[in-house]
Amino acid sequence: MACERLRCNARAQIILGLVTGFVFGFLLQKGGVTNYDVIIGQLLLTDFTVVKIMLSAIVVGMIGIFLMKSAGLVRLHVSRGSIGATVVGGLIFGTGFAVLGYCPGTAAAAFGAGAVDALIGMVGMAIGAGIFARIYPDLNRSILKKGLFPADTIPELLGVRTGIVVVGVIILIIGLLYLLTILGL
Amino acid sequence: MIEWLTMESWSPYIVGAGIGVLIWTAFLFSDRPLGCSTAYAKSAGMVESALSRKKSEQMPYYQKVTPTVDWQWTLIIGLIIGAFLSAYLSGTFTVLIVPPVFAEAFGTNAILRSAVALAGGLLLGLGARWAGGCTSGHGISGTLQLSLASWVAAICFFAGGIIVAGLIFGFSFI
Repeated sequence: MACERLRCNARAQIILGLVTGFVFGFLLQKGGVTNYDVIIGQLLLTDFTVVKIMLSAIVVGMIGIFLMKSAGLVRLHVSRGSIGATVVGGLIFGTGFAVLGYCPGTAAAAFGAGAVDALIGMVGMAIGAGIFARIYPDLNRSILKKGLFPADTIPELLGVRTGIVVVGVIILIIGLLYLLTILGL
Repeated sequence: MIEWLTMESWSPYIVGAGIGVLIWTAFLFSDRPLGCSTAYAKSAGMVESALSRKKSEQMPYYQKVTPTVDWQWTLIIGLIIGAFLSAYLSGTFTVLIVPPVFAEAFGTNAILRSAVALAGGLLLGLGARWAGGCTSGHGISGTLQLSLASWVAAICFFAGGIIVAGLIFGFSFI
């Protein structure tokens, strides 16, 4: 299959990564989420731009991914989480999110739009990731596998067919977006 | 078309839909979710490798996440260029160190903002690798696949972020 050949072509993938990042960065900047004030506004619950972008991306992305999956064109990339890895790591990330005011993707885009503090944040992220790599063997032995989740996916957890969960989540997200509009947020 | 590209901002729903379509292409052409935090680990690995190639090759994490220039790494370079072009086209490109909301609360000291940004970045890099993804990898690409870990991670990202932002700036909803 043409896609398989493309996926294995290392040089083509380097260019595809660049193009994908380019479009992603363009979109993030146009969406206003390269702006520290907008991201902090989301965490202070006064500006819902970040949530609106994420939820719309989830709806559109989900429809395409599951349609392509049922056509055998793509495979899912999910892995098992745990309390020790997902919850602890997620809370550390959340703390950094509020302190820096950008996340790993928006920091790169914010730097492109002129934010020097975002570049300093990117250096910090590489240091943080480097620290993780150094302590990874110890963490892997001690905390990362503590409280392993019972399932990989939500349909698996609920014992419900994937299609039903997809439709349910889409309805829930559209309802939530509608609610934000009604509330004038 | 040109007017559209030079607009200062687009509707968040259009931007979100665009990111959704971008994730289709990432899955289809590259067999990957759209995640940004791996690149920072790869960069750290490149530094480790430059310091001591032998030592970095023996580190288990860099056997998992190889410190090489690939799709995930050039993604970050693309992000910088794409955002620059978008800002440049709309005339909003401005070099700044201290964002307005930060300046309002803590003053315009660039050294203070830099130190805070470095500390925040460090926590983000550590937390993203610890949780196995970031706001895009878990928060969008993972949640849309209905991954349980990604939904839990996204909730923790925002729970942690909302609490800490509230502690820093004061809770707006109290």
